[in-house]
Amino acid sequence: MAILSCPLPVPATERIVLAHGGGGRLTNQLIESVFLPAFRNPALESRHDGAVLSADGVKLAMTTDTYVVQPLIFPGGTIGDLAINGTVNDLAMCGARPIALSAGFVLEEGLLLSTLHTIVASMREAARLANASVVTGDTKVLDKGRGDGLFINTAGIGVVVAPNAIGPEAVRPGDAVIVSGNLGSHGIAVLSVREGLEFDGEVKSDTAPLWPAVEALFDAGIEIHCLRDLTRGGLSSALNEIASVARLNIEVEESLIPVSDVVRGACELLGLDPLYVANEGRFAAFVPDTQVSRALDVLRSHQVASRAVRVGTVHETSSALVTLRTRIGGNRVLDMLSGEQLPRIC
Amino acid sequence: MKFLDEYRDFSAVQKMAQAIRRITTRHWTLMEVCGGQTHTIVKTGLQELLPETVTLVHGPGCPVCVTPLVTIDRAVAIALRPEVILCSFGDMLRVPGSTLSLFDAKALGADVRIVYSPLDALNLARANPNREVVFLAVGFETTAPANAMAVWEANRQKVFNFSMLVSHVLVPPAMETILSSPDCRVQAFLAAGHVCMVMGFEEYLPISQKYRVPVVVTGFEPLDLLEGIQMAIAQLESGRAEVENQYVRAVRRPGNRAAQERVSDVFEVTRRSWRGIGEIPASGLRLREAYSRFDAELRFPGRLLQEAEESRECIAGLVLQGIRKPYECPAFGTRCTPDIPLGAPMVSSEGACAAYFHFGRRENNGNPIVSIAGARN
Amino acid sequence: MCLAIPGKIVSIVEDGHLGLRRGRVDFSGIRKDVCLDYTPEARVGDYVLVHVGFALAVVDEAEAYRVFEALRELDQLDELKESVTQ
Repeated sequence: MAILSCPLPVPATERIVLAHGGGGRLTNQLIESVFLPAFRNPALESRHDGAVLSADGVKLAMTTDTYVVQPLIFPGGTIGDLAINGTVNDLAMCGARPIALSAGFVLEEGLLLSTLHTIVASMREAARLANASVVTGDTKVLDKGRGDGLFINTAGIGVVVAPNAIGPEAVRPGDAVIVSGNLGSHGIAVLSVREGLEFDGEVKSDTAPLWPAVEALFDAGIEIHCLRDLTRGGLSSALNEIASVARLNIEVEESLIPVSDVVRGACELLGLDPLYVANEGRFAAFVPDTQVSRALDVLRSHQVASRAVRVGTVHETSSALVTLRTRIGGNRVLDMLSGEQLPRIC
Repeated sequence: MKFLDEYRDFSAVQKMAQAIRRITTRHWTLMEVCGGQTHTIVKTGLQELLPETVTLVHGPGCPVCVTPLVTIDRAVAIALRPEVILCSFGDMLRVPGSTLSLFDAKALGADVRIVYSPLDALNLARANPNREVVFLAVGFETTAPANAMAVWEANRQKVFNFSMLVSHVLVPPAMETILSSPDCRVQAFLAAGHVCMVMGFEEYLPISQKYRVPVVVTGFEPLDLLEGIQMAIAQLESGRAEVENQYVRAVRRPGNRAAQERVSDVFEVTRRSWRGIGEIPASGLRLREAYSRFDAELRFPGRLLQEAEESRECIAGLVLQGIRKPYECPAFGTRCTPDIPLGAPMVSSEGACAAYFHFGRRENNGNPIVSIAGARN
Repeated sequence: MCLAIPGKIVSIVEDGHLGLRRGRVDFSGIRKDVCLDYTPEARVGDYVLVHVGFALAVVDEAEAYRVFEALRELDQLDELKESVTQ
């Protein structure tokens, strides 16, 4: 906690707090102050979803992700789906076709085997849909009370098929920002179980493999500058990260952002902003303005991106911010998430 | 969403803004009292739709921001007790006490839980008879009926492992304090719509008359705020000083009688210290003696804590009274950010400082830059 | 501290859980249990404003649309002015 009488800024915490995992400002601070200095290398410093490496003239992408979601099973999927799809999608965001995955399990003593079966079955199915195999793994068991039932780490390797380097550095002023579909479904689906919300219809997690839709963009010869899947921290966090690395302004039109009515209603009720709510099967694409309608045609022919829509434009700027033109015609900054998004009651 | 979306409609909002421009001939300074209204104004960029001569200043209507330091410290101390489950609305968790926030306490192992309703806390108490459930009851008059009901029900059902740490505040005394300050530049008020939904608006009549200020009870959506501003300016331009109701779909003059009755059964008016402003007489609520067994202050007596010192840099008091804008604070955006807050208005999602930081002025390489929504006024 | 959301009452239970008058309220497809003790006049089909799990007012639907009528009149006035000055 800041020492209130000290004139110098003191680090906010000496311990890890939940907000360090939120995907926003504190997460980035943690990466910048602990991990980057320790592991310094160019691949890591590009801060993209995965690392692109060259080995004997072959370009490979590598990524890793750990899943700690509670509850383990929720409308639309399980922690297993997230684990497979999340890693497949990170590879896709590097322009890489997934080939192989590893899966490390940390199990809590007392976990029902039937639960583990369900989760592993969903992983098998997700891997099949993504055309990738889980080729190696590991298992550890923790004492009862030391874990949330189950944690999964997956790592993945893919072959880069993108003709050019894709990432925030490739983004140019004038580029269009496309979002592949409705936002916020995953976060609300999970929260709805935790908070006991009941829905008229059902809000399902949007977890899905994105490679088929991304591959179609490459196959159609669309020039792609950057791809980013929208996970924790929502659209806002992804755009802020890209804006800060690219040193450009990303302007988003609020009225164009796709959010389903029921997700919007849940956000109103819970005091959340859909722009910060987690997704698991959605991505943002930065393409030149001239390629937008073709890109949208290609995307919309895939179920996972059937509601793809342009939401904004990149501009030259002196300050790397994400800005929002609001529904009523005003303008404001779309800030990086600060800490855990605490629901507003009031 | 019905009764929400219509009040965010682009063309209706533009038309109302035009109506304001048509009647405004002079400089006017208006204050919106409630943090929820501040949030909407800054989040939607509403200020840009107003004539340059209309200044909106933000009031102390953020109960999180005005909760005294000692209350946070008390809540943290109680939360750290192993038998306690401390329940709170989300916004309170990150407010810094003199050393720790409730979030910090949670990181240290305290059982701190976010609830959406005081009844959730009561349910927790019933489900956990061997634990002590304490609810941090912070809020304006809007939240008092819910908190009153929770205590009433706890009493009726004899759930005695439930208690409340009460820090309720009342709006009209705060308005009077602002109006009686020699630095006051506020010429009209947009009163807090949901507070008036509970309390009605009769108590604003004497204030309006005494200080000759228009008071317009206003809602929270962009169209509501613009209509409220239009009504206030219409009064100012014609030299009137009356109490009017913009938020007619929710607010009636007498308010909600059933809610008021339950509140006065359970609570009584008391003096209250407002963080950043000081003590205001008859500006808060505390539990009546008949319900003292549910008072967490009595159940968990602590050492009398010295009023801890606030940061000398923090100008929260001036911001809360509308005398300074957040970006006029030398620490804004540099030494004071939502991650390293010096004062409460930077922590609460409805605090003016946090709102300006998130939606407005930002810092770049040490030099403050004016954002598009930024600092015209 | 004033976030109150409008929702439509779908069903009402007297003497429900905890002995309070409760209702099922629909918010754009989400159903939640709400305490209706403070709105004894509320009926199924009414819209109520809900704050921290309690209905605190029934939305006055007629009044709710007053502002749009006023804006329409402003429009008509503008059109009239334009046609006069042309």
